[in-house]
Amino acid sequence: MTWKTMDYTGWGRVHRANGDVARPERASALKALLADAPAPAIGMRRSYGDACLNDGGRAIDMTRMDRVLSFDVESGLLHVEAGAQIGALLKIFAPSGWLPPVMPGTGFATIGGAIAMDVHGKNHHGAGSFGCHVSELTLMTPKGPKVASAEKNANLFKATIGGLGQTGPILSAKVQMLKAKGDVMVVTERRVDGWDEFLGLLDRSDATYTVGWIDATARGDQLGRGILEEAETGGGLVPAAKRGKRIPMDAPGFTLSPAVVRTFNAAYWRRVPEAGRTVVKPIDDFFFPLDKIHDWNRLYGKSGFHQFQCVVPIAAADKLRAMLDRIAGSGLASPLAVLKRMGPGRAGFMSFPMEGYTLAVDFPNRTAAERLIKELEKATAEAEGRIYFAKDSLASAGDLSGMYDEHAQWLKAVKAIDPDGAYETDLTRRLKLRSA
Amino acid sequence: MPQTWIILGATSTIARGFARDAAGRGDGVVLAGRDVDDMKATAADCAARGAPVAEVIAFDARDPASFEPILKRAAKIEGTISAAVFVGSMPPQEDIDADPSLIDGVIADSYTGPARFLTALAPIMEERRSGTIVGVGSVAGDRGRLGNYVYGSAKAGFHAYLSGLRNRLGRSGVHVVTVKPGTVDTAMTWGLDKLPFLAPPEKVVGDIMKAVDKKKDVLYTPFIWWPVMTIIKLIPERIFKKMQI
Ligand SMILES: Cc1cc2nc3c(=O)[nH]c(=O)nc-3n(C[C@H](O)[C@H](O)[C@H](O)COP(=O)(O)OP(=O)(O)OC[C@H]3O[C@@H](n4cnc5c(N)ncnc54)[C@H](O)[C@@H]3O)c2cc1C
Repeated sequence: MTWKTMDYTGWGRVHRANGDVARPERASALKALLADAPAPAIGMRRSYGDACLNDGGRAIDMTRMDRVLSFDVESGLLHVEAGAQIGALLKIFAPSGWLPPVMPGTGFATIGGAIAMDVHGKNHHGAGSFGCHVSELTLMTPKGPKVASAEKNANLFKATIGGLGQTGPILSAKVQMLKAKGDVMVVTERRVDGWDEFLGLLDRSDATYTVGWIDATARGDQLGRGILEEAETGGGLVPAAKRGKRIPMDAPGFTLSPAVVRTFNAAYWRRVPEAGRTVVKPIDDFFFPLDKIHDWNRLYGKSGFHQFQCVVPIAAADKLRAMLDRIAGSGLASPLAVLKRMGPGRAGFMSFPMEGYTLAVDFPNRTAAERLIKELEKATAEAEGRIYFAKDSLASAGDLSGMYDEHAQWLKAVKAIDPDGAYETDLTRRLKLRSA
Repeated sequence: MPQTWIILGATSTIARGFARDAAGRGDGVVLAGRDVDDMKATAADCAARGAPVAEVIAFDARDPASFEPILKRAAKIEGTISAAVFVGSMPPQEDIDADPSLIDGVIADSYTGPARFLTALAPIMEERRSGTIVGVGSVAGDRGRLGNYVYGSAKAGFHAYLSGLRNRLGRSGVHVVTVKPGTVDTAMTWGLDKLPFLAPPEKVVGDIMKAVDKKKDVLYTPFIWWPVMTIIKLIPERIFKKMQI
């Protein structure tokens, strides 16, 4: 059978959809689906909100199209089907010294999802977004495959990267993999006492991979305290015994009362000795710390959860501090909170990254959290920053398109390939991204 | 000794997973099936995962003329030659009831085609005194029932054939594994509702690989199908004929 009628959700499980989903395994089957009736492509549904939903309509699950089509061991150029998962590619190619160039916090994200959200990783400050490493895309259209690159169909290329699937299903992509020094991560962890120190350390960090865990419940003098992680790939000499122990992040039992989170965060912070420490970790443990706990999103219960993620320009750092202060004061945050310095690298018209600081915080789905996130969205707009489509579930029509200054160019390219809105998703409808 | 798998029906979901796992273990693969373009992508995937041999040959279970090039190729590849058979077809029983001529195709795909191929391949394996044959049958072959008895009967024939082949080839150090999968989450079952114990293909592939390593004779995968089919086989025909399962 081609279509399966099913209920499905995004990672945050706040939005739900019901509709017919196809799961083709071959390019010929995908083409036949589109010729019959074009529908948006979805990946592993690791987007938190409704980017991967089409309630009442059809969707094409791309996850079974996950083959490596070619790989050049000399140059590291990979041609891969869009349903392949980043973590699976890491597993195949790390032993020969090549890593996916950019890895989001979950290895379950597909290449298609990584392109359609132009995702960023812990190396964004140096390496830019995922799309910066894509040299060519092949889209499937009702008439057959269509190739786009910076040279050929350049507008379509820039509209597809970060383009929320609105230019149609990506069939495959050519990705320049990144040379690794070895197959483990050497990670230096350092306690950070507060906000100013954190920004200073992030600004000065010259590590390839840098990320900050932040205690989003600490207030006053301790506001912005956290742990800075800086890492490089390494190999050979590292004794296996020094393997870092993982602290399971579900430790507070996810009952998540403010007191529990505060206590957990304080312990998590103290876990790193004052003088800092260097540990060696398997690569996937460093990049995808939460993937071992399958379906951890269910720990938040039936009503689901939200992630708020914004990026603000460097000059607006104080406004971001004020936002964190509000979050800490609310007592609503979960322990999952990340602060990172972003570089300017972005590859699509609608890509999220901008040079500045990005803050991401999870909240269990409650009315008070929704109200807070709405306020934070407003504050992001005032700071001339952006909200990330991969995470947002709450913004209203018109709230976000103004944050994306190349929206008009994107819309033009999208309309050229999809004049009838066949690839619209619940997200593009909610935010009215497909109307000017 | 290097091992190369001849994989019949290589475009099926489980075959694709099997080829991928074999490649990851450093085995070679010769992919045989009808959709050559699709198999080329799988071959590339296998090569990237470490298969020293990753080739594609057109194969149609209903066209014995297509067997010859594969047998010739197998004879030329050095080392251990193994074979895994994933072919089979299952048109809805209602369609068959309306058009009995469909039966020939089902039998050719699920039984006589693969049996003829394996019988022709057997001497090469006997001569090399090594290798494994994985024959994928079905729990449907354990008992004929209302919903798919033509398919079931073809698979039952294939099971009996494999059992005899095991008896023969065991004498020359070649092992035969009969695999009886239940319902697997593949392109064929997508969208069918109420499938009991639906298994992801990776689970079935993992079980097959383990059975190959352990030289198991008959594998039910997932394992739950062993007790289920044991009970179903015990139901007296007098009662079974009135049942809807
Ligand atoms: C634990 C966790 C950590 C995360 N960390 C990060 C992070 O560090 N950085 C970051 O940037 N993101 C991060 N994310 C978000 C995630 O990387 C993105 O949402 C990504 O898009 C998910 O990929 P997916 O395959 O699940 O796509 P889905 O969520 O299924 O789809 C996302 C979008 O991509 C489109 N799409 C998917 N496949 C295709 C295709 N083949 N062709 C065309 N369009 C397609 C869909 O239409 C949709 O618009 C994280 C998510 C989780 C759950």
